[in-house]
Amino acid sequence: MPFNISDIRADFPILSRTIYKRPLIYFDNAATTQKPVQVIRAISDYYEQENCNIHRGVHYLSVRATEEFEEARMEIREFINAPGTHEVIFTKGASESLNLIASSFGKKYLKAGDEIITTIMEHHSNFVPWQLICEEKGANLRIANILPNGELDLEHLYSLINPKTKLLTLAHVSNVLGTINPIKEIIAFAHQQGVPVLVDGAQGVSHVTVDVSDLDCDFYCFSGHKMYAPMGIGILYGKEKWLEELPPYQSGGEMVKDVSTEKTTFNDLPFKFEAGTPNVEGVMGLRAAVRYMKNLGMDEIKAYEDELLKHATSRLSAIPGLRFFGTSARKASLVSFLVGDIHPFDAGTIIDKMGIAVRTGHHCAQPLIDHFGIPGTVRASFAFYNTKEEIDLLAEAISRVKTMFS
Amino acid sequence: MTIQEVETQIVDEFAALDDWLDKYDLILDMGKSLPRIDPEFRTDQYIISGCQSKVWLHASYHDGKVYFTADSDAIITKGIISMLIKVLSDRSPEEIQNARLTFIDQIGLKEHLSPTRSNGLASMVKQMKLYAMVFAMKNK
Repeated sequence: MPFNISDIRADFPILSRTIYKRPLIYFDNAATTQKPVQVIRAISDYYEQENCNIHRGVHYLSVRATEEFEEARMEIREFINAPGTHEVIFTKGASESLNLIASSFGKKYLKAGDEIITTIMEHHSNFVPWQLICEEKGANLRIANILPNGELDLEHLYSLINPKTKLLTLAHVSNVLGTINPIKEIIAFAHQQGVPVLVDGAQGVSHVTVDVSDLDCDFYCFSGHKMYAPMGIGILYGKEKWLEELPPYQSGGEMVKDVSTEKTTFNDLPFKFEAGTPNVEGVMGLRAAVRYMKNLGMDEIKAYEDELLKHATSRLSAIPGLRFFGTSARKASLVSFLVGDIHPFDAGTIIDKMGIAVRTGHHCAQPLIDHFGIPGTVRASFAFYNTKEEIDLLAEAISRVKTMFS
Repeated sequence: MTIQEVETQIVDEFAALDDWLDKYDLILDMGKSLPRIDPEFRTDQYIISGCQSKVWLHASYHDGKVYFTADSDAIITKGIISMLIKVLSDRSPEEIQNARLTFIDQIGLKEHLSPTRSNGLASMVKQMKLYAMVFAMKNK
Protein backbone atom coordinates (compact mmCIF):
# COMPACT_ATOMS: atom_id res chain seq x y z
CA MET A 1 0.00 0.00 0.00
CA PRO A 2 1.47 3.41 -0.90
CA PHE A 3 2.06 5.56 2.15
CA ASN A 4 -0.31 8.49 1.78
CA ILE A 5 0.97 10.91 4.36
CA SER A 6 -1.81 13.49 4.03
CA ASP A 7 -4.48 10.82 4.53
CA ILE A 8 -2.61 9.51 7.55
CA ARG A 9 -2.21 12.97 9.05
CA ALA A 10 -5.92 13.62 8.58
CA ASP A 11 -6.58 10.67 10.90
CA PHE A 12 -4.78 12.44 13.77
CA PRO A 13 -6.90 15.43 14.86
CA ILE A 14 -4.24 16.94 17.14
CA LEU A 15 -1.83 17.36 14.23
CA SER A 16 -3.95 20.17 12.83
CA ARG A 17 -3.78 22.33 15.93
CA THR A 18 -1.39 25.23 16.36
CA ILE A 19 1.09 25.98 19.14
CA TYR A 20 2.23 29.60 19.62
CA LYS A 21 0.37 30.37 16.37
CA ARG A 22 2.48 27.85 14.44
CA PRO A 23 1.37 24.44 13.22
CA LEU A 24 2.29 21.80 15.79
CA ILE A 25 5.30 19.71 14.90
CA TYR A 26 5.22 16.71 17.18
CA PHE A 27 8.59 15.02 17.66
CA ASP A 28 8.00 13.57 21.11
CA ASN A 29 6.69 10.24 19.92
CA ALA A 30 9.04 8.18 22.07
CA ALA A 31 7.31 9.70 25.11
CA THR A 32 3.84 9.11 23.74
CA THR A 33 2.35 8.97 20.26
CA GLN A 34 -0.73 10.84 19.13
CA LYS A 35 -4.00 8.97 18.62
CA PRO A 36 -5.88 8.48 15.35
CA VAL A 37 -9.66 9.07 15.24
CA GLN A 38 -10.10 5.31 14.89
CA VAL A 39 -8.71 4.87 18.41
CA ILE A 40 -10.57 7.84 19.86
CA ARG A 41 -13.80 6.55 18.32
CA ALA A 42 -13.24 3.04 19.65
CA ILE A 43 -13.22 4.48 23.15
CA SER A 44 -16.27 6.68 22.71
CA ASP A 45 -18.15 3.90 20.89
CA TYR A 46 -17.43 1.58 23.76
CA TYR A 47 -18.92 3.99 26.28
CA GLU A 48 -21.82 4.98 24.06
CA GLN A 49 -22.83 1.47 23.02
CA GLU A 50 -21.19 -1.29 24.98
CA ASN A 51 -20.07 -0.20 28.42
CA CYS A 52 -20.45 -2.97 30.93
CA ASN A 53 -18.31 -4.79 33.44
CA ILE A 54 -16.92 -7.84 31.75
CA HIS A 55 -16.72 -11.55 32.68
CA ARG A 56 -19.27 -13.53 34.65
CA GLY A 57 -22.23 -11.35 33.68
CA VAL A 58 -25.19 -13.17 32.18
CA HIS A 59 -26.92 -10.22 30.60
CA TYR A 60 -26.50 -9.16 26.99
CA LEU A 61 -24.17 -6.20 27.47
CA SER A 62 -21.82 -8.06 29.77
CA VAL A 63 -21.55 -11.02 27.42
CA ARG A 64 -21.00 -8.69 24.47
CA ALA A 65 -18.32 -6.59 26.25
CA THR A 66 -16.57 -9.77 27.40
CA GLU A 67 -16.51 -11.09 23.85
CA GLU A 68 -15.05 -7.85 22.52
CA PHE A 69 -12.47 -7.79 25.29
CA GLU A 70 -11.34 -11.36 24.68
CA GLU A 71 -11.37 -10.89 20.92
CA ALA A 72 -9.06 -7.92 21.41
CA ARG A 73 -6.72 -10.16 23.37
CA MET A 74 -6.68 -12.56 20.43
CA GLU A 75 -5.88 -9.77 17.99
CA ILE A 76 -3.01 -8.60 20.16
CA ARG A 77 -1.75 -12.19 20.44
CA GLU A 78 -1.73 -12.34 16.66
CA PHE A 79 -0.01 -8.92 16.39
CA ILE A 80 3.01 -10.14 18.40
CA ASN A 81 2.62 -13.76 17.27
CA ALA A 82 2.40 -15.15 20.79
CA PRO A 83 1.75 -18.91 20.88
CA GLY A 84 -1.21 -18.66 23.26
CA THR A 85 -3.87 -16.05 23.95
CA HIS A 86 -3.59 -16.87 27.67
CA GLU A 87 0.02 -15.69 27.54
CA VAL A 88 -1.12 -12.14 26.79
CA ILE A 89 -1.74 -10.23 30.03
CA PHE A 90 -3.32 -6.78 30.14
CA THR A 91 -1.50 -4.33 32.39
CA LYS A 92 -1.42 -0.56 32.88
CA GLY A 93 1.65 -0.26 30.70
CA ALA A 94 5.24 -1.41 30.26
CA SER A 95 6.16 -0.08 33.71
CA GLU A 96 3.52 -2.21 35.39
CA SER A 97 4.48 -5.24 33.30
CA LEU A 98 8.10 -4.83 34.39
CA ASN A 99 7.14 -4.31 38.02
CA LEU A 100 4.96 -7.40 37.85
CA ILE A 101 7.83 -9.59 36.64
CA ALA A 102 10.38 -8.02 38.99
CA SER A 103 8.06 -8.65 41.90
CA SER A 104 6.69 -12.10 41.05
CA PHE A 105 9.89 -13.48 39.52
CA GLY A 106 11.94 -12.00 42.35
CA LYS A 107 9.66 -13.48 44.99
CA LYS A 108 9.80 -16.92 43.43
CA TYR A 109 13.37 -17.30 42.20
CA LEU A 110 15.72 -14.70 43.67
CA LYS A 111 17.86 -15.35 46.70
CA ALA A 112 20.92 -13.72 48.25
CA GLY A 113 23.94 -13.80 45.97
CA ASP A 114 21.92 -14.34 42.78
CA GLU A 115 22.33 -11.99 39.86
CA ILE A 116 20.08 -10.14 37.45
CA ILE A 117 21.64 -8.63 34.34
CA THR A 118 20.43 -5.43 32.76
CA THR A 119 22.12 -2.78 30.62
CA ILE A 120 23.24 0.83 31.04
CA MET A 121 20.81 1.98 28.32
CA GLU A 122 17.62 1.01 30.16
CA HIS A 123 14.73 3.31 30.94
CA HIS A 124 14.27 3.72 34.70
CA SER A 125 11.26 1.41 34.54
CA ASN A 126 13.50 -1.49 33.54
CA PHE A 127 16.11 -0.49 36.07
CA VAL A 128 14.58 0.66 39.33
CA PRO A 129 12.22 -2.35 39.87
CA TRP A 130 15.27 -4.65 39.56
CA GLN A 131 17.38 -2.48 41.81
CA LEU A 132 14.63 -2.66 44.45
CA ILE A 133 14.00 -6.40 44.25
CA CYS A 134 17.76 -7.13 44.25
CA GLU A 135 18.18 -4.98 47.33
CA GLU A 136 15.30 -6.76 49.02
CA LYS A 137 16.65 -10.22 48.22
CA GLY A 138 20.34 -9.48 48.67
CA ALA A 139 20.88 -10.21 44.98
CA ASN A 140 23.18 -8.24 42.67
CA LEU A 141 22.24 -6.18 39.64
CA ARG A 142 24.91 -6.45 36.95
CA ILE A 143 24.97 -3.82 34.23
CA ALA A 144 26.15 -4.37 30.67
CA ASN A 145 28.05 -1.52 28.99
CA ILE A 146 27.57 0.11 25.63
CA LEU A 147 30.01 0.97 22.88
CA PRO A 148 30.68 4.61 21.93
CA ASN A 149 28.17 4.40 19.06
CA GLY A 150 25.39 3.44 21.46
CA GLU A 151 25.28 -0.26 20.65
CA LEU A 152 25.38 -2.81 23.42
CA ASP A 153 28.83 -4.15 24.19
CA LEU A 154 27.85 -7.76 23.55
CA GLU A 155 31.20 -9.11 24.66
CA HIS A 156 30.74 -7.43 28.03
CA LEU A 157 27.11 -8.48 28.26
CA TYR A 158 27.94 -12.12 27.56
CA SER A 159 30.82 -12.07 30.02
CA LEU A 160 28.37 -11.13 32.79
CA ILE A 161 26.37 -14.34 32.38
CA ASN A 162 27.33 -16.96 34.92
CA PRO A 163 25.68 -19.73 36.98
CA LYS A 164 24.34 -17.12 39.47
CA THR A 165 22.45 -15.27 36.72
CA LYS A 166 18.70 -15.66 37.15
CA LEU A 167 17.41 -13.34 34.42
CA LEU A 168 18.59 -10.99 31.69
CA THR A 169 16.35 -7.97 31.15
CA LEU A 170 16.96 -5.46 28.38
CA ALA A 171 15.33 -2.98 26.04
CA HIS A 172 14.40 -3.93 22.51
CA VAL A 173 15.06 -0.33 21.46
CA SER A 174 16.79 2.36 23.53
CA ASN A 175 14.52 5.34 24.23
CA VAL A 176 17.50 7.72 24.27
CA LEU A 177 19.86 6.31 21.65
CA GLY A 178 17.39 4.64 19.31
CA THR A 179 19.63 1.56 19.12
CA ILE A 180 17.74 -1.56 18.08
CA ASN A 181 19.38 -4.29 20.10
CA PRO A 182 20.06 -7.65 18.42
CA ILE A 183 17.72 -9.31 20.87
CA LYS A 184 17.21 -12.52 18.93
CA GLU A 185 20.92 -13.25 19.00
CA ILE A 186 21.17 -12.21 22.67
CA ILE A 187 18.21 -14.39 23.65
CA ALA A 188 19.71 -17.41 21.88
CA PHE A 189 23.03 -16.89 23.67
CA ALA A 190 21.39 -16.45 27.09
CA HIS A 191 19.22 -19.52 26.57
CA GLN A 192 22.31 -21.62 25.81
CA GLN A 193 23.46 -20.68 29.32
CA GLY A 194 20.03 -21.44 30.73
CA VAL A 195 19.17 -17.78 31.41
CA PRO A 196 15.66 -16.51 30.64
CA VAL A 197 15.30 -13.13 28.92
CA LEU A 198 12.82 -10.31 29.42
CA VAL A 199 12.52 -7.71 26.66
CA ASP A 200 11.25 -4.21 27.39
CA GLY A 201 9.57 -3.48 24.09
CA ALA A 202 8.13 -0.07 24.99
CA GLN A 203 10.10 1.52 22.14
CA GLY A 204 10.01 -1.57 19.95
CA VAL A 205 6.44 -2.40 19.00
CA SER A 206 5.63 0.88 17.32
CA HIS A 207 8.64 0.73 15.00
CA VAL A 208 9.44 -2.87 14.12
CA THR A 209 7.56 -6.13 13.64
CA VAL A 210 7.58 -8.04 16.90
CA ASP A 211 7.32 -11.82 16.72
CA VAL A 212 7.75 -13.18 20.24
CA SER A 213 7.69 -16.79 18.98
CA ASP A 214 10.53 -16.16 16.59
CA LEU A 215 12.47 -14.13 19.18
CA ASP A 216 11.85 -16.91 21.70
CA CYS A 217 11.91 -14.31 24.50
CA ASP A 218 10.55 -15.39 27.87
CA PHE A 219 8.78 -12.10 28.49
CA TYR A 220 8.00 -9.08 26.32
CA CYS A 221 6.42 -5.86 27.66
CA PHE A 222 4.99 -2.78 26.03
CA SER A 223 2.71 0.21 26.53
CA GLY A 224 -0.30 1.07 24.42
CA HIS A 225 0.23 4.81 24.53
CA LYS A 226 3.55 4.62 22.70
CA MET A 227 1.85 2.79 19.82
CA TYR A 228 -1.10 5.12 19.08
CA ALA A 229 -3.36 3.59 21.74
CA PRO A 230 -4.63 5.25 24.93
CA MET A 231 -2.65 5.71 28.12
CA GLY A 232 -3.11 3.27 30.96
CA ILE A 233 -3.13 0.06 28.94
CA GLY A 234 -0.18 -2.20 28.23
CA ILE A 235 0.81 -5.76 27.64
CA LEU A 236 2.89 -8.38 29.32
CA TYR A 237 3.58 -11.39 27.17
CA GLY A 238 5.09 -14.31 29.04
CA LYS A 239 5.75 -17.92 28.16
CA GLU A 240 3.12 -20.14 29.71
CA LYS A 241 5.64 -22.16 31.71
CA TRP A 242 6.79 -19.01 33.52
CA LEU A 243 3.39 -17.45 34.00
CA GLU A 244 2.08 -20.72 35.47
CA GLU A 245 4.90 -20.82 37.99
CA LEU A 246 4.97 -17.17 39.00
CA PRO A 247 2.92 -16.10 42.00
CA PRO A 248 0.22 -13.44 41.42
CA TYR A 249 1.27 -9.79 41.55
CA GLN A 250 -1.90 -8.17 42.84
CA SER A 251 -5.00 -9.79 44.26
CA GLY A 252 -8.69 -9.03 44.29
CA GLY A 253 -11.60 -9.82 42.03
CA GLU A 254 -11.25 -11.56 38.69
CA MET A 255 -7.93 -13.26 39.52
CA VAL A 256 -9.40 -15.84 41.90
CA LYS A 257 -11.05 -19.20 41.37
CA ASP A 258 -12.39 -19.94 44.83
CA VAL A 259 -12.25 -17.87 47.95
CA SER A 260 -13.13 -19.22 51.36
CA THR A 261 -12.35 -17.82 54.76
CA GLU A 262 -9.42 -20.25 54.95
CA LYS A 263 -7.92 -20.22 51.48
CA THR A 264 -7.98 -18.71 48.02
CA THR A 265 -7.18 -20.52 44.81
CA PHE A 266 -6.17 -18.50 41.82
CA ASN A 267 -7.75 -18.27 38.44
CA ASP A 268 -6.17 -19.64 35.27
CA LEU A 269 -4.03 -17.60 32.92
CA PRO A 270 -4.30 -14.84 31.92
CA PHE A 271 -6.77 -13.84 34.65
CA LYS A 272 -4.43 -14.79 37.49
CA PHE A 273 -2.49 -11.61 36.72
CA GLU A 274 -5.47 -9.35 36.06
CA ALA A 275 -6.88 -8.39 39.45
CA GLY A 276 -9.86 -6.06 39.50
CA THR A 277 -11.99 -4.59 36.75
CA PRO A 278 -9.72 -4.17 33.74
CA ASN A 279 -9.28 -1.08 31.59
CA VAL A 280 -11.80 -2.18 28.95
CA GLU A 281 -11.84 1.15 27.10
CA GLY A 282 -8.05 0.97 26.95
CA VAL A 283 -8.21 -2.51 25.47
CA MET A 284 -10.73 -1.34 22.85
CA GLY A 285 -8.41 1.56 22.02
CA LEU A 286 -5.40 -0.72 21.86
CA ARG A 287 -7.18 -3.05 19.48
CA ALA A 288 -8.08 -0.12 17.24
CA ALA A 289 -4.44 1.01 17.29
CA VAL A 290 -3.19 -2.46 16.39
CA ARG A 291 -5.66 -2.57 13.50
CA TYR A 292 -4.54 0.86 12.37
CA MET A 293 -0.88 -0.14 12.36
CA LYS A 294 -1.58 -3.47 10.66
CA ASN A 295 -3.55 -1.68 8.01
CA LEU A 296 -0.59 0.60 7.27
CA GLY A 297 1.74 -2.40 7.42
CA MET A 298 4.61 -2.73 9.87
CA ASP A 299 7.17 -3.07 7.07
CA GLU A 300 5.79 0.03 5.36
CA ILE A 301 5.90 1.93 8.67
CA LYS A 302 9.50 0.86 9.22
CA ALA A 303 10.53 1.83 5.69
CA TYR A 304 8.94 5.28 5.95
CA GLU A 305 10.34 5.95 9.42
CA ASP A 306 13.80 4.85 8.25
CA GLU A 307 13.53 7.44 5.50
CA LEU A 308 12.67 10.10 8.07
CA LEU A 309 15.63 9.03 10.19
CA LYS A 310 17.97 9.17 7.20
CA HIS A 311 16.72 12.63 6.31
CA ALA A 312 17.03 13.88 9.90
CA THR A 313 20.51 12.45 10.29
CA SER A 314 21.75 14.08 7.11
CA ARG A 315 20.03 17.44 7.72
CA LEU A 316 21.17 17.69 11.33
CA SER A 317 24.73 16.44 10.71
CA ALA A 318 25.11 19.34 8.31
CA ILE A 319 24.80 21.74 11.26
CA PRO A 320 28.31 22.30 12.60
CA GLY A 321 28.77 21.53 16.29
CA LEU A 322 25.91 19.08 16.68
CA ARG A 323 26.85 16.12 18.87
CA PHE A 324 24.87 12.92 18.34
CA PHE A 325 24.30 10.24 20.96
CA GLY A 326 23.49 6.88 19.42
CA THR A 327 24.85 6.42 15.91
CA SER A 328 24.30 2.72 15.39
CA ALA A 329 23.39 1.60 11.89
CA ARG A 330 20.47 -0.28 13.46
CA LYS A 331 18.34 2.51 14.89
CA ALA A 332 14.69 3.30 15.43
CA SER A 333 13.51 6.63 14.10
CA LEU A 334 14.89 9.08 16.66
CA VAL A 335 17.83 11.44 17.07
CA SER A 336 19.36 12.41 20.38
CA PHE A 337 21.80 15.30 20.30
CA LEU A 338 23.33 18.35 21.91
CA VAL A 339 23.89 21.65 20.14
CA GLY A 340 27.56 22.29 20.99
CA ASP A 341 27.73 22.96 24.71
CA ILE A 342 24.29 24.54 24.88
CA HIS A 343 22.27 23.13 27.76
CA PRO A 344 19.45 20.87 26.48
CA PHE A 345 16.97 22.85 28.56
CA ASP A 346 17.97 26.08 26.79
CA ALA A 347 17.82 24.45 23.36
CA GLY A 348 14.48 22.78 24.12
CA THR A 349 12.92 26.02 25.37
CA ILE A 350 13.70 27.82 22.12
CA ILE A 351 12.73 24.87 19.90
CA ASP A 352 9.41 24.71 21.77
CA LYS A 353 8.81 28.38 21.01
CA MET A 354 9.01 27.46 17.33
CA GLY A 355 6.05 25.11 17.81
CA ILE A 356 8.20 21.98 17.79
CA ALA A 357 7.72 19.45 20.58
CA VAL A 358 11.00 17.73 21.40
CA ARG A 359 12.00 16.23 24.72
CA THR A 360 15.00 17.39 26.71
CA GLY A 361 16.71 16.05 29.79
CA HIS A 362 17.69 12.59 30.91
CA HIS A 363 14.66 10.81 29.35
CA CYS A 364 14.26 8.64 32.48
CA ALA A 365 17.61 7.04 31.77
CA GLN A 366 19.92 8.77 34.24
CA PRO A 367 22.54 5.98 34.36
CA LEU A 368 22.96 6.32 30.60
CA ILE A 369 23.15 10.12 30.68
CA ASP A 370 25.72 9.91 33.51
CA HIS A 371 27.67 7.42 31.41
CA PHE A 372 28.06 10.10 28.74
CA GLY A 373 28.84 12.75 31.38
CA ILE A 374 26.32 15.24 29.95
CA PRO A 375 23.36 17.12 31.50
CA GLY A 376 20.91 15.40 29.14
CA THR A 377 20.12 15.46 25.45
CA VAL A 378 17.58 16.95 23.08
CA ARG A 379 15.58 14.11 21.55
CA ALA A 380 13.46 14.27 18.42
CA SER A 381 11.58 11.01 17.97
CA PHE A 382 9.56 10.41 14.84
CA ALA A 383 6.36 8.61 13.94
CA PHE A 384 4.85 7.66 10.60
CA TYR A 385 2.78 10.87 10.51
CA ASN A 386 5.86 13.10 10.56
CA THR A 387 7.30 14.56 7.38
CA LYS A 388 10.66 15.57 5.97
CA GLU A 389 9.41 19.15 5.79
CA GLU A 390 8.88 19.11 9.55
CA ILE A 391 12.43 17.85 10.01
CA ASP A 392 13.69 20.72 7.87
CA LEU A 393 11.94 23.13 10.23
CA LEU A 394 13.63 21.42 13.19
CA ALA A 395 16.99 21.96 11.47
CA GLU A 396 16.10 25.64 11.10
CA ALA A 397 15.10 25.87 14.76
CA ILE A 398 18.42 24.33 15.78
CA SER A 399 20.31 26.87 13.69
CA ARG A 400 18.28 29.55 15.47
CA VAL A 401 19.31 28.10 18.83
CA LYS A 402 22.94 28.18 17.76
CA THR A 403 22.74 31.84 16.78
CA MET A 404 20.95 32.84 19.97
CA PHE A 405 23.33 31.13 22.33
CA SER A 406 26.59 31.79 20.52
CA MET B 1 14.15 51.67 44.46
CA THR B 2 11.48 49.52 46.02
CA ILE B 3 10.86 45.95 44.93
CA GLN B 4 7.78 47.18 43.11
CA GLU B 5 9.78 49.79 41.23
CA VAL B 6 12.39 47.29 40.10
CA GLU B 7 9.63 44.93 38.99
CA THR B 8 7.98 47.69 36.97
CA GLN B 9 11.31 48.53 35.37
CA ILE B 10 11.74 44.92 34.23
CA VAL B 11 8.15 44.73 32.97
CA ASP B 12 8.67 47.91 30.92
CA GLU B 13 11.88 46.56 29.43
CA PHE B 14 10.04 43.48 28.19
CA ALA B 15 6.95 45.41 27.08
CA ALA B 16 9.12 47.28 24.58
CA LEU B 17 9.76 44.01 22.74
CA ASP B 18 7.11 42.40 20.53
CA ASP B 19 8.78 39.26 19.38
CA TRP B 20 9.27 36.44 21.88
CA LEU B 21 12.70 35.77 20.34
CA ASP B 22 13.77 39.29 21.29
CA LYS B 23 12.43 38.68 24.78
CA TYR B 24 14.54 35.56 25.06
CA ASP B 25 17.53 37.48 23.77
CA LEU B 26 17.00 39.94 26.61
CA ILE B 27 16.80 37.07 29.10
CA LEU B 28 20.05 35.65 27.72
CA ASP B 29 21.75 39.05 28.10
CA MET B 30 20.54 39.23 31.66
CA GLY B 31 21.92 35.73 32.24
CA LYS B 32 25.29 36.78 30.91
CA SER B 33 25.36 39.83 33.17
CA LEU B 34 24.63 37.81 36.30
CA PRO B 35 27.57 38.36 38.68
CA ARG B 36 29.62 35.19 39.11
CA ILE B 37 28.87 33.13 42.15
CA ASP B 38 31.86 32.38 44.36
CA PRO B 39 33.05 28.91 43.21
CA GLU B 40 32.93 27.68 46.79
CA PHE B 41 29.13 28.09 46.65
CA ARG B 42 28.78 26.29 43.33
CA THR B 43 28.78 22.97 45.13
CA ASP B 44 26.22 20.33 45.98
CA GLN B 45 25.58 21.93 49.35
CA TYR B 46 24.02 24.95 47.65
CA ILE B 47 22.29 23.14 44.82
CA ILE B 48 18.58 23.38 44.16
CA SER B 49 17.84 20.35 42.10
CA GLY B 50 15.29 20.88 39.38
CA CYS B 51 15.66 17.72 37.32
CA GLN B 52 16.77 19.40 34.08
CA SER B 53 18.75 22.49 34.90
CA LYS B 54 20.61 23.01 38.14
CA VAL B 55 20.50 26.12 40.30
CA TRP B 56 23.03 27.08 42.95
CA LEU B 57 21.93 29.69 45.49
CA HIS B 58 23.82 31.34 48.30
CA ALA B 59 22.50 33.91 50.77
CA SER B 60 24.29 36.10 53.27
CA TYR B 61 22.98 38.60 55.76
CA HIS B 62 24.54 41.79 57.01
CA ASP B 63 23.34 45.15 58.26
CA GLY B 64 19.72 44.06 58.08
CA LYS B 65 19.85 43.10 54.40
CA VAL B 66 19.90 39.77 52.59
CA TYR B 67 22.32 39.32 49.69
CA PHE B 68 21.87 36.56 47.16
CA THR B 69 24.25 35.14 44.60
CA ALA B 70 23.25 32.34 42.29
CA ASP B 71 24.12 30.42 39.16
CA SER B 72 22.69 27.84 36.80
CA ASP B 73 24.04 25.51 34.14
CA ALA B 74 21.32 26.66 31.71
CA ILE B 75 21.46 30.22 30.38
CA ILE B 76 17.71 30.87 30.25
CA THR B 77 17.44 29.79 33.85
CA LYS B 78 20.39 32.07 34.63
CA GLY B 79 18.60 35.00 32.99
CA ILE B 80 15.54 34.54 35.16
CA ILE B 81 17.73 34.11 38.23
CA SER B 82 19.38 37.38 37.35
CA MET B 83 15.99 39.14 37.42
CA LEU B 84 15.04 37.52 40.72
CA ILE B 85 18.31 38.65 42.25
CA LYS B 86 17.88 42.17 40.90
CA VAL B 87 14.49 42.27 42.60
CA LEU B 88 15.20 40.43 45.84
CA SER B 89 18.87 40.94 46.72
CA ASP B 90 19.98 43.78 48.98
CA ARG B 91 16.54 43.81 50.69
CA SER B 92 15.34 43.35 54.22
CA PRO B 93 13.98 39.90 55.13
CA GLU B 94 10.48 41.40 55.48
CA GLU B 95 10.56 42.88 51.99
CA ILE B 96 11.62 39.54 50.53
CA GLN B 97 8.98 37.61 52.42
CA ASN B 98 6.26 39.99 51.24
CA ALA B 99 7.38 40.19 47.59
CA ARG B 100 4.66 38.89 45.27
CA LEU B 101 6.86 38.78 42.18
CA THR B 102 4.05 39.56 39.78
CA PHE B 103 6.56 40.68 37.13
CA ILE B 104 7.28 37.07 36.14
CA ASP B 105 3.67 36.62 35.13
CA GLN B 106 3.47 40.05 33.50
CA ILE B 107 6.44 39.44 31.21
CA GLY B 108 4.98 36.10 30.15
CA LEU B 109 7.47 33.84 31.88
CA LYS B 110 5.04 32.36 34.36
CA GLU B 111 5.54 28.86 33.00
CA HIS B 112 9.22 29.04 33.87
CA LEU B 113 8.34 29.39 37.53
CA SER B 114 5.85 26.55 37.53
CA PRO B 115 6.91 23.63 39.71
CA THR B 116 6.26 21.33 36.76
CA ARG B 117 8.85 23.10 34.63
CA SER B 118 11.66 21.11 36.25
CA ASN B 119 14.25 23.87 36.00
CA GLY B 120 14.71 24.58 39.69
CA LEU B 121 13.30 28.13 39.58
CA ALA B 122 10.14 27.49 41.57
CA SER B 123 12.21 25.87 44.30
CA MET B 124 14.67 28.74 44.08
CA VAL B 125 12.05 31.36 44.91
CA LYS B 126 10.85 29.20 47.79
CA GLN B 127 14.42 28.89 49.03
CA MET B 128 15.03 32.66 48.79
CA LYS B 129 11.96 33.32 50.92
CA LEU B 130 13.02 30.61 53.35
CA TYR B 131 16.42 32.28 53.79
CA ALA B 132 14.65 35.58 54.41
CA MET B 133 12.46 33.94 57.05
CA VAL B 134 15.45 32.40 58.81
CA PHE B 135 17.35 35.70 58.80
CA ALA B 136 14.26 37.51 60.10
CA MET B 137 14.00 35.07 62.99
CA LYS B 138 17.69 35.46 63.81
CA ASN B 139 17.09 39.19 63.83
CA LYS B 140 14.50 39.03 66.56
